[in-house]
Amino acid sequence: MSSNAITIQGLEVEEKPWVDSLHQWVTTVDHKRLGVLYILYALVFLLLGGIEALIIRIQLMHSHNNFVSPQLFNRMFTMHGTTMIFFVAMPILFGFANYLVPLMIGARDMAFPRLNAFSFWLSALGGFLLYFSLVGANGLYGAGNAPDVGWWAYAPLTARAFSPGHSTDYWTLALLVSGFGSIGTAINIIATILCLRCPGMKLNRMPLLVWLNLVMAGMLLIAITPLSAAQIMLLIDRYFGGHFFDAQAGGSAVLWMHFFWIFGHPEVYVLIIPCFAFMSEIIPVFSRKPIFGYPVMVAATVCIAFVSLSVWAHHMFTVGMNSYANSFFTITTMAVGIPTGIKIFNWIGTMWGGRIQFKTPMLFSIGFLFQFLIAGLTGIMMAAAPFDWQLSLSYFVVAHFHYVIVGGILFALFAAFYYWYPKITGRMLSERLGKWHFWLFLIGFHLTFDVMHIPGLLGMPRRIYTYEPGRDWDTLNLIVSIGAFIQAIAILVFIWNLISSYFNGAKAGNDPWDAWTLEWSTSSPPPAYNFATVPVVASRRPLWDLKHPEDPDSLYD
Amino acid sequence: MSAAAISVVEMPKTWTLPYRGKVAMACLIIAESAIFTIFLVAYLFYLGKSLTGPTPREVLETPIFFTICLLSSSITVHFAGKSLERNNHPAFLALWSLTIILGGLFLFGTGTEWHRLIYEHGLTISTNLFGTTYYSLVGLHAFHVSAGLIMLTVVLIFALAGRVHEDQARRIDVLALYWHFVDAVWVVVFTVAYIVGR
Repeated sequence: MSSNAITIQGLEVEEKPWVDSLHQWVTTVDHKRLGVLYILYALVFLLLGGIEALIIRIQLMHSHNNFVSPQLFNRMFTMHGTTMIFFVAMPILFGFANYLVPLMIGARDMAFPRLNAFSFWLSALGGFLLYFSLVGANGLYGAGNAPDVGWWAYAPLTARAFSPGHSTDYWTLALLVSGFGSIGTAINIIATILCLRCPGMKLNRMPLLVWLNLVMAGMLLIAITPLSAAQIMLLIDRYFGGHFFDAQAGGSAVLWMHFFWIFGHPEVYVLIIPCFAFMSEIIPVFSRKPIFGYPVMVAATVCIAFVSLSVWAHHMFTVGMNSYANSFFTITTMAVGIPTGIKIFNWIGTMWGGRIQFKTPMLFSIGFLFQFLIAGLTGIMMAAAPFDWQLSLSYFVVAHFHYVIVGGILFALFAAFYYWYPKITGRMLSERLGKWHFWLFLIGFHLTFDVMHIPGLLGMPRRIYTYEPGRDWDTLNLIVSIGAFIQAIAILVFIWNLISSYFNGAKAGNDPWDAWTLEWSTSSPPPAYNFATVPVVASRRPLWDLKHPEDPDSLYD
Repeated sequence: MSAAAISVVEMPKTWTLPYRGKVAMACLIIAESAIFTIFLVAYLFYLGKSLTGPTPREVLETPIFFTICLLSSSITVHFAGKSLERNNHPAFLALWSLTIILGGLFLFGTGTEWHRLIYEHGLTISTNLFGTTYYSLVGLHAFHVSAGLIMLTVVLIFALAGRVHEDQARRIDVLALYWHFVDAVWVVVFTVAYIVGR
């Protein structure tokens, strides 16, 4: 197995001083380096958001606790939500898209490398602005630092009268700036996929990861922009004395809710579709079978994207919409379950009859399948408006969407880390630590989020600072908090695995998993130019064709 | 496995992909359309909900002349691109400059209208809901016109320096696409603010 990189015999490469290599990383326009920067940056924010989650869980461990002040508690859940969605989930998925899409379509780089770097630094500036509020927002009237308006920042709480000082401004600017970064990334991903595919890579031969990222980028264009528009309106209200969301002057608080959730719900699919993409690459490789129902997977994804644009007001059943709106959003929300169900069947169909290898990426993938199914089922429950009236704004909802985000998105991300880490670094992650990570995280996850449904059913509202004893919430909350700490330990195992395997991991070689997509045909890590010669493909699994010239996929294409 | 082995696969006979500039601009236009949609929805939603005056019926005057200016600049920018493709430089320069002048006239029109609204009718962005939504919507559009004018002017400077040739025609087309979008948005904004909204 010879590497794609051109090696020159007897050439000594001098070690560069660290200032030089730092300078290269900061000024890079290479899609692989930017991908790694996105991922590292997101991991830093994952730790910050995780610490905030632990503070919330310590505070709620038993009734009448006063571990933190109510003011700080508000800031913690606001920062936790904002951080995890905008500065962990999105950048980490953009990082993988950046790294993998050009490699998988046989391209040299993204379509617009400098726009790519610009988008990354905008996102980074957004995260920096959000956390700079801790020191910079200590504004007038002794107003607090750090945003405390909740991650959806409902009006009129964000009005000057109720949010003096600058904490809300930092929140607005952080989301606006990182939103512009996301639009740049979306444009870049679409242009790359449509315009830079290597010869023979027709649309129906693209790996599913590429297809799904194309759909995700398309959704970003119309999902993130309403949020940007709403943030501009909020800035106009706060700085120019506008009245968009000012009920005193006839403005409407409900309009902000609509604008926020027109962004907010498609956003969930923007996050989950790339995770579907990881599953669609990892499950076939570890089942030793091609993906089951490729065209249906693409169609189902496009279908999810369309339907998910018309479900947003299921977040607003409790504001009192008319019965037509309630029925419409109930039906559309339930309809999303159909294409999603098709996907789950297809992944199981891929595993069915395969020779399944239970390596760490596959373990996380199987965890994803089960947990995402349960998350979807509680979602269908709450899609029914009357049921939602009962449980909206309770811990049941919190349990539901953490099931999606942690049980679904985060598990898929861990699978992706274990699967592509060898390609990115040239070293395998430790399987032993990987199994520890998987089982600890699985146990912690189920302790926390299975149990969290129950206080929700018992009526515990979300975002409360503390609660009265004698409501049977104490033990449940204690279990939830213990689970959170087990997850935190698992994350530390994961981080330790990332660091120690980088130095001591087994050498990966080009293709450690015997996989079929183009990124495994080049060396690990790939050279700056990716491919020494432009690849030409004739089927969906170019590396299978190469390894099995007697029975290539292209015969049946 | 070496890359050479992959290229054993037969090269497809024809392999053409769309131009990245055009795809990217199309994407930007989709994203911008979503932003404008939100501002338009806010404008329509708040029609007649202002608690105090002035109302659109009292103060707005339909800017027909400046609208004609902007819309005809779409035609001039189109033919400017065509002239460049045919390597007709004087025509390109003339039509391109005319586009900038027409765009500038439109912006001047917006400026005079705002001056009139502020100084004669006392309508500012904080007066009432009408003021807030009107200045935001029209201002957002004017911002896009300004951005377009800056880009058009940069091209003009390069063209005057003799650096724009027919092989850059497709890049010029991308900018023209943006300018067409700015014009198309004005048709919608004009309809909503000056016809439906009164």
